[in-house]
Amino acid sequence: MLHEALISPFVEFEFMRRALVGSIALALAGSPLGVFLILRRMSLTGDAMAHAILPGAAIGYLFAGLSLGPMTIGGLIAGLIVAVGSGVVARATILREDASLAAFYLISLALGVTVVSLRGSNIDLLHVLFGSVLALDDATLILLASIASVTLAGVALLYRPLVMETVDPGFLASVSRAGGPTQIIFLALVVLNLVGGFQALGTLLAVGIMMLPAASARLISQDITAMIAISAAQGMLAGYAGLIISFHASLPSGPLIILVAGLFYLLALVFGPAGGLMRRLKPRPHLEA
Amino acid sequence: MQNRRNVITLSMIGLASAWLGPRQARASDKLPVVATFTILADFARNVGGDRVEVATLVGPNGDAHVYQPTPSDAKSLGAARLILENGFGLEGWIDRLIKASGAKAPVIVATKGIEPRQLKEEGHIGADPHAWQSIANAKIYVANIRDGLIAADPEGADIYRANADAYLVKLDALEAEVAAAIAKIPPDRREIITTHDAFGYFGAAYDFRFIAPEGVSTETEASARDVAKIIRQIKAQKIPAVFLENITDPRLAQRIAEESGAKIGGALYSDALSPSDGPAAAYIDMMRNNVRELSAALGK
Repeated sequence: MLHEALISPFVEFEFMRRALVGSIALALAGSPLGVFLILRRMSLTGDAMAHAILPGAAIGYLFAGLSLGPMTIGGLIAGLIVAVGSGVVARATILREDASLAAFYLISLALGVTVVSLRGSNIDLLHVLFGSVLALDDATLILLASIASVTLAGVALLYRPLVMETVDPGFLASVSRAGGPTQIIFLALVVLNLVGGFQALGTLLAVGIMMLPAASARLISQDITAMIAISAAQGMLAGYAGLIISFHASLPSGPLIILVAGLFYLLALVFGPAGGLMRRLKPRPHLEA
Repeated sequence: MQNRRNVITLSMIGLASAWLGPRQARASDKLPVVATFTILADFARNVGGDRVEVATLVGPNGDAHVYQPTPSDAKSLGAARLILENGFGLEGWIDRLIKASGAKAPVIVATKGIEPRQLKEEGHIGADPHAWQSIANAKIYVANIRDGLIAADPEGADIYRANADAYLVKLDALEAEVAAAIAKIPPDRREIITTHDAFGYFGAAYDFRFIAPEGVSTETEASARDVAKIIRQIKAQKIPAVFLENITDPRLAQRIAEESGAKIGGALYSDALSPSDGPAAAYIDMMRNNVRELSAALGK
């Protein structure tokens, strides 16, 4: 009976297997990026990016009509310009990351809306661009898997400068010039994951799987490597649990996966060893002389 | 290439309207009518003929369920002397838009007098707004539009009646055509999957079964269980075809088709007409196109 409830939906239906693989890929790739975003106080980048890609998708639409390839590539370029541009502004001026990102994405969104109106038709472009976890075809799965591979390889290669840049940028600047390029590459990976995630799985799932497990991992551990591992595990578990519950309870899959991740977050909020409420109310015994 | 053409076209239109604009205002005495979407606009043009100038809010291939109005929409509503809406909850945004635009024109609800189908979604019972998919209902739409035009422009009453009668004759012929075409499809093969529940009235009128993973509106999301149910059903009943629509993301339907072994049929037009160079530029063309695609996929 347990097998029937927990395993057989995936055995019987290919779309369930694909949805599982897609969410696992995104959870694996999103977890290190989400942890670093949270540590760098850039948690709202995901939502901003969902709006910022509009002019790119719109220009892709102007040239090639409603075809996903050009629209995705256009969205990617627009997202990169916004992310990298705001990163550069944050490094070069007194504006911090959040202000510079807000400025860039709003300009981008307004530009996008204007470009869409030029065509005259009233299709909701983003509605067409954003996919659903239940509808992953071969091309989309390959896209997700490639993005995950590139991201994990990139994070592994850049791990030391990335951690240093996040935790003590002044020191890094004094011993190396890797800070700037590291930040740019990091932002590029974030945009790649987000845009690919939007196209494959929709905004809610793409941003949620990246940020929620990371936020909850932050409350569970203080060690960055542990945070990444915990976040990845939570993301994959949320994907599996969300799909199973959606299958049996007839509720939409994407939101349910995020709700499960949200539940983990709430549990971490209360019980998390590294900052949860219980820990604040009853602190561990400290060193005593 | 496309970009340059757009720029040239836009500037030519700009010049032309600047030049013709003032003349247009003097010469045109047409009744300005605003229709919320293309199907209503098509009916209005057929009944109103040369006496009306019809503007449409949700254009070809647009989605009236999730439409975002623009300032020019508010402007055309303000200038209109008759507003046509579908009703039954299709245009959730229209009441606020009319209030915001300060439009004083009378609003005709095209579905007045039609008994709505009730749609059972998970825990939510609502009226199915796609009443135009049944030709019998379409005739009621035309009658309501005709009466609205006569009330707004009594001088043209005879013309409107004559146009409406002529168009109703065409609709009768269409109905016979559709019934004959459907009759050629064996009753046990009259079952297809589409992406959203837009064809309830068509199904009820012509004994056709439409199954959809999404709900009534394109806003609702499918659940894994619904998709699984559909795939099981297709496999069990050997449903022949899955049809894509012109306003929703086709990937979910393709996924269902691949996994269940059903064929992908052509494009069905549900909530909007196609652009004028497409196969469904008018209501009659739309119904013919849909029936043709259905027959092609299911006839064998």
